[in-house]
Amino acid sequence: MERRVVVTGIGVVSALGKNARDFWEALVKGRSGIGPIRQLDVTTMRFKNGAEVSDWNPQEHFEGKKPDFMDRFTQFGVVAAREAVKDAGIEWNPTLRERTGIVMGTCMGGMGSIDLGFQDLYLANKGRLSPLTVARVMANAGASNISIEMGVTGPAFAVSTACSSSNHAIGQAFRMVRSGDVEMALAGGSEAPLNFGHLKAWEALRVVAHDTCRPFSADRQGMILGEGGAVLVLEPREAAIARGAKIYGEIIGFGMSSDAHHLTQSASEGAARAIQGALRDAGLAPEQIGYINAHGTATLLNDPMEAAAIRLSLGKHAECVPVSSTKSMHGHALGAAGALEAIATVLSLKNCMLPPTANFTTLDPKCEIDVIANTARQKDVEYALSNSFAFGGLNAVLAFRAPR
Amino acid sequence: MTDEMIGRVISCVAKTQKLPPETVTIDSKFEELGIDSLDGVNILYALETEFSVSIPDEGVLGIKSVREAVEQLDKLIAATGTNGAAKA
Repeated sequence: MERRVVVTGIGVVSALGKNARDFWEALVKGRSGIGPIRQLDVTTMRFKNGAEVSDWNPQEHFEGKKPDFMDRFTQFGVVAAREAVKDAGIEWNPTLRERTGIVMGTCMGGMGSIDLGFQDLYLANKGRLSPLTVARVMANAGASNISIEMGVTGPAFAVSTACSSSNHAIGQAFRMVRSGDVEMALAGGSEAPLNFGHLKAWEALRVVAHDTCRPFSADRQGMILGEGGAVLVLEPREAAIARGAKIYGEIIGFGMSSDAHHLTQSASEGAARAIQGALRDAGLAPEQIGYINAHGTATLLNDPMEAAAIRLSLGKHAECVPVSSTKSMHGHALGAAGALEAIATVLSLKNCMLPPTANFTTLDPKCEIDVIANTARQKDVEYALSNSFAFGGLNAVLAFRAPR
Repeated sequence: MTDEMIGRVISCVAKTQKLPPETVTIDSKFEELGIDSLDGVNILYALETEFSVSIPDEGVLGIKSVREAVEQLDKLIAATGTNGAAKA
């Protein structure tokens, strides 16, 4: 018999603050964390803005030599996991450590470390790289460091599906808890994509806005890259109730699909199949969905594609579902995006408050959906979806239920 | 808009798209050549390298044919005062 899976702890590092409380406060106020990139010199970059984690000082979070062993993306993941575990009130014991899984998403892993290393190697002609490079760069460094720090010895792995990474990660963890593979899971993702080489690669794609991120607006220019980490603690509902844990919400379904179409252009049919998969898995009818946290990148191609996918999968009901893209505030944190948005979604359901799409001007007529514009909407919603549609056509959608 | 320049733009488009150069003309529309958004930015990259210029994001949406690419490059080269010679 399948078990019900609830969220009992959350942790966030983002441009909107370095804990879940600040993150939520900014989301509800519609306050965007987008601004000039400060952690590196972007004078030669065509775009100058990002959603940065401000004033990140690794020594505040890690002792002695530890920060040297971790890329920024790993640090974000570990700090978010700590907050989530503390928030959930987990008391570790050897059995629980062995029966806990960790699944973390990341798109680029420790690319910032390899970028700096290559500057030493090719520009400074140093002729050698730090022996810590491999351990900092590997995509599983987030999952591994969480496991080592917490002594968690159950299954742990990283998932990399570009912008869907952490939705795929949370989906896998959800199924592991649901089936009884594990008794608890730490799931989410982290990303630190603001390094020179990587920013230049995005610049060449010409999909990054010069001003800000305006999902579904007619005058949107594109996406804004963001960074951060987000982790959720997942447990069987009965176990959570038995130990008196607070429950943020329930994950009730997960749908995946591939477009088999194009490396950078998503197809609405593929995205719609992932939404339908999540509804089927959750046993929900389209009419039951009361909120969608959109993928909503604000690129010219994504937003009309996503609006079409919502219409394809929800039919007539698509017109009455409030939709927002919180990327307008925390930016597009790639492999951490799904996890940030999952936390935004469970908090929306728990607090009966749907966060807005910030920076919104006028609706693009090609995006015929009910966009929550600029101001949060107070609404008691029972069921919500959170969409992720990645480059390469890999789609992952999570379905949530309010804790009531 | 010189014939030499048109030839270099056509050559960039043909090389990037792996098309026989004779199938690309000044009047070819990108859509007719099967060029999508990712191909498009790949062609812009080839043109920036070939003409040693930086094509701003603002002008990009207007480039949907070989002719529009040549016109945009003409403007850029005139504005930067270079002769559009390839980097040595």
